[in-house]
Amino acid sequence: MALISGKPGWSTPHESAHLHVAGEAPYVDDIAELAGTLYAAPGTSQRAHARIKTIDLDAVKAVAGVVAVLTAEDIPGHNDCGPIIKDDPILADGLVQYFGQPIFVVIATSQTAARKAAKKAKVEYEDLPATLDVREAKQAESWVLPPARLRQGDAQTAMAGAENRLSGEISVGGQEQFYLEGQISYASPAEGGGIHLWCSTQHPTEMQQVVAHALNLDFNQVLVEMRRMGGGFGGKESQSAIFACIASIAAKQLNRPVKMRLDRDDDMMITGKRHGFEYDYEIGFDNEGLIQAVDIDMAAQAGFSADLTGPVVARAVCHLDNAYYLNDVSINAFSCKTNSQSNTAFRGFGGPQGAIAMEYMIDNIARKLGKDALEVRKLNYYGTNTRNVTPYGQIVEDNVIPELSAQLEQSSDYAERRKAIRSFNENSPILRKGLALTPLKFGISFNVVHFNQAGALVHIYTDGSVLVNHGGTEMGQGLHTKVAQVVARELGISMSRIRATATDTSKVANTSATAASTGTDLNGKAAQDAARQIRDRLTVFAGEYFGADGVEFANDTVSCAGKSMPFNEFIVLAYQSRIQLWSDGFYKTPGLHWDGVKMQGSPFYYFAYGAAVSEVIVDTLTGEWKLLRADILHDAGNSINPAIDIGQVEGAYIQGMGWLTSEELVWDTNGRLTTHAPSTYKIPTITDCPAEFHTELFDNPNVKDTVMRSKAVGEPPLLLPFSVFFAIRDAISSVDDHQQNPPLRAPATPEAILDAITALREGRDA
Amino acid sequence: MSSISFILDGEVIRINNPEPTRSVLQYLREDINRCGTKEGCAEGDCGACTVVISEAVDSKIRYRAVNACIQFLPTLDGKALFTVESLKQADGSLHPVQQSMVDYHASQCGFCTPGFVMSLFAMYQSEKPVNRENLDDVLSGNLCRCTGYKPIIEAGMNMYDYPVMGKNEQKLLDQLNALKSDQGLNMISSAGSYYAPTSLDELAELYQHYPDATILAGGTDVGLWVTKQLRELEKVIYLGNVKELKNINESSSGVEIGAAVTLEDAFEVLSISYPELGEFFRRFASMPVRNAGTLVGNIANGSPIGDSMPVLIAIAARVRLRQGDATREMRLQDLYLDYQKNAMQPGEFIESVMIPARDSALILSSYKLAKRFDQDISAVCAAFALRLDGGKVTDIKIVFGGMAAIPKRAEQTEDFLTGKSWDEKNIQQGMELLKLDFQPMSDMRSSAAYRSQASANLLYRFYLQTSSEISLNVFEACV
Repeated sequence: MALISGKPGWSTPHESAHLHVAGEAPYVDDIAELAGTLYAAPGTSQRAHARIKTIDLDAVKAVAGVVAVLTAEDIPGHNDCGPIIKDDPILADGLVQYFGQPIFVVIATSQTAARKAAKKAKVEYEDLPATLDVREAKQAESWVLPPARLRQGDAQTAMAGAENRLSGEISVGGQEQFYLEGQISYASPAEGGGIHLWCSTQHPTEMQQVVAHALNLDFNQVLVEMRRMGGGFGGKESQSAIFACIASIAAKQLNRPVKMRLDRDDDMMITGKRHGFEYDYEIGFDNEGLIQAVDIDMAAQAGFSADLTGPVVARAVCHLDNAYYLNDVSINAFSCKTNSQSNTAFRGFGGPQGAIAMEYMIDNIARKLGKDALEVRKLNYYGTNTRNVTPYGQIVEDNVIPELSAQLEQSSDYAERRKAIRSFNENSPILRKGLALTPLKFGISFNVVHFNQAGALVHIYTDGSVLVNHGGTEMGQGLHTKVAQVVARELGISMSRIRATATDTSKVANTSATAASTGTDLNGKAAQDAARQIRDRLTVFAGEYFGADGVEFANDTVSCAGKSMPFNEFIVLAYQSRIQLWSDGFYKTPGLHWDGVKMQGSPFYYFAYGAAVSEVIVDTLTGEWKLLRADILHDAGNSINPAIDIGQVEGAYIQGMGWLTSEELVWDTNGRLTTHAPSTYKIPTITDCPAEFHTELFDNPNVKDTVMRSKAVGEPPLLLPFSVFFAIRDAISSVDDHQQNPPLRAPATPEAILDAITALREGRDA
Repeated sequence: MSSISFILDGEVIRINNPEPTRSVLQYLREDINRCGTKEGCAEGDCGACTVVISEAVDSKIRYRAVNACIQFLPTLDGKALFTVESLKQADGSLHPVQQSMVDYHASQCGFCTPGFVMSLFAMYQSEKPVNRENLDDVLSGNLCRCTGYKPIIEAGMNMYDYPVMGKNEQKLLDQLNALKSDQGLNMISSAGSYYAPTSLDELAELYQHYPDATILAGGTDVGLWVTKQLRELEKVIYLGNVKELKNINESSSGVEIGAAVTLEDAFEVLSISYPELGEFFRRFASMPVRNAGTLVGNIANGSPIGDSMPVLIAIAARVRLRQGDATREMRLQDLYLDYQKNAMQPGEFIESVMIPARDSALILSSYKLAKRFDQDISAVCAAFALRLDGGKVTDIKIVFGGMAAIPKRAEQTEDFLTGKSWDEKNIQQGMELLKLDFQPMSDMRSSAAYRSQASANLLYRFYLQTSSEISLNVFEACV
């Protein structure tokens, strides 16, 4: 069978690109509103931790346009929207656990009226002791979940026998997702007491379930629909739930459509972010820099509830190794309960927080030994036949890090630039340059085995047009484009025949979140399965019709034995011959197992790899800095759509750079987040994109049987900008000729950078 | 008049007594169901709501990208509005800006995309040359969380390569001219009153009559009072139609900039005599904010973190105040008394700011420290104005924003350095004194300790800049 169109490496534009640029791509808030629509706004806690003594809502209710004010008492079912552990109240019931927690919700005839009214509540609090700091929480053993432990080999003995040891602390802050489209849910009463919910979410099935629980409904009474999100990045995996529930509860109670669109400040005050981590480490290594033992405590700031902290911490533990073989390891990971937003998924999901600690330690080893950090990295890379088992017991089967790193080292001209930077710094007393190459290895699959399944539907209509539906959600990553490409390839038709439709819990049931970078791996395979079933039927029919074997589907044409027919004409014949022209498809990832208690197993189907070289310049007077050049080599397997994959890689690089540099979350002494809008929370802008930015995909078809031998690309490249952070650290350490390890915290704001420089000048190293 | 008129897609739209503070974004999305323009932050910081406003200026059409979320609907009066839906050609094909965005894979989630398209459209219509520097400037107010910006830059770099669109400006020009009126607006609705006088005398009289009214110019701050603080403004007096206030008067004594002159226009003029402030002006807010906001608005607002005041105080700018028929002048630095307290009387307003002519002996620099290059509020904003004679300081003004409740001079440091030799030893002492001049606070932008240390280091940077050839600017650096 020949397959021509839809081949891998086909950079078709995003399926909605022409709608995006024309302003014609509807998001939830753009859907034509139903008559009688009301608007919801939250009333939130003004304390970090307190008992609610009284709530006086009279002034709220008196505002013109207010239709209802709902509190926890108005929830007919469970007052909980937690994804795993049931510790996430929809509306606080007597106890508030963070500044910004929703206590009540105002329903009014306009969003402005609802927001204005929500400010008028009089709430009396009885303050309780608040834990605002993650180290304080760790000290007090304040957890949302029990600590996780991983032991491999004998770290204690290996440490004692190590030629050198270094220990210290590392601090890495959290990160706001800052999806451009804020959280939104629009619920409408449906027949039989059900709910139709349009929700900007990465997880329609979970929204269906939490809404059903809150309303005491069966799952089949709740329909959740999601066409596209204006960005998700993990922030709409579990944390769309509270708004889905509130809108649905209000819609049910008032029997009217209710929209809850969050103002940006409310969104940032209420929802969780990437977990900040604090680390205490000890690392043993020989005189060449080969790691002999690692002993580390990782403390994650969970916030007030568990949310997804359990799996985030598990992924952090499973990514401490990054690209390096560790023989004797001891990891303790803590899910620290603090009185703050409940931290959640964010692109990388703990993986970046695990891996950066290892990179920090390696960076320290290099300076301690007076070596280039790249030498130490190369020395410790995973091997291919030996030194190839991760601390959690999985064999790294297709390690390409040494080749990939070598290729990038060459193409980025690392060695020459290292020399040039050294000479620049010798002649520049104030401005200093820095350079770093960091690698990445990222495990693909949900750590929870049963999430690794997906379903799809493919319909061919009698005009030859095709509709594809699957359980994945589109948040800009190009999932629908890639899945359509897979279907186009299977059926030998052009993309213009194919339309992707909204994710809909009434079409494909029991879907997993579009998360863990698995969207295309899972849903692409499921759609491929559906398309293949139809094609198989069509092949049989074509064989009968043409009276020969060797049917080809290509170029919108069905060909057999020298005869051919346009696809759409052939489809009419098939229909008339009563061939089933639609099919479901299903996929489950093979070969996964995981023991979450011992933290051992093979949780990942495969690994994605990459590396980046970044060069920066730092002002040692003020801590200001600029990224001068970035070179990236990334492994997307056999890329289905190189343009989309490169877009993911570059976007993740800049987004991760924001996490590690300009994006600082600040809470005041009352536990109030003070960086709750783009005026105070600074994600990268266009000027931060370096003038020289070279991105290449590494030629490496997946050894595993993934869809078209591609690899997942959503999260792994978020680790690439480690190179920015360590380039800054390199520049800083030049102020004392790389003798000391700069105690640089992330995010490396100008202030953090200047602090590290001052510390070096005062002889306080990390 | 009690109605506004503006042009949208070639049609004149007339609205009677609109709510004074209804935003253009609310109008588009809620009133006419034109949902291509998005709300990302409702404070003019993300650019998802960018639209283009055009006006006839000297028989030419000027296009400016602004944030619809904080632009009040009545301010559209007499102008033309373009939104992302306005751009497609008659045959349904995409505008070059849009097609380029598709071809270079410049949209991912698509939510910021209409805003980027409109910022690029303003650039395209203005025929501004494309290069990286100009694109960064034009797109400084548009946040994208998905792409990392590179494909958007590529789309911008190539947008002129597509077949040229007929701009059909004559029709628009005729329409805009037909909307011109000398009559002021006087609109009363249940939500409040909106006045837009057309002469300075009318304005002065009106404000004297309604001293509790809110003066509105660009709305880049007042807009947030409404969208974020949820304030209800009962009376709004808009300066944008007052002829005299739109003037920039250049004379041998300097430049006088009227209260309705946008930051972008003011900076363009000031950059001629003060070219060393180019980067500083470039970093002031973002293009859409500079396109709407006014220099006098920044001054009148008097925020301790306003970026224009330190440098204006350093170069001894003066303000002209007006109250009824009376005018008076004062040094800008004397305008500020304490946190959000100024020397203006009820009913008094700033008519203009007067920037002295450049004197050739002046050595000037202004620096901004923030977490991000573009569109960030300064943790510290510094201005240094120095005059030397034979290596000795004859006059120095050191002014900081972000370090006190008002923009403030470093008096002890200035006194110490005046008359002294401009050398490393004295500067080091000056740096110590600077720490006594200010007791800054800690907030989400930086700690007090950083503010103290970095502000002293900025004095050192200024010294090095005046006395050596070494590189000091990371933002000008390249590989």
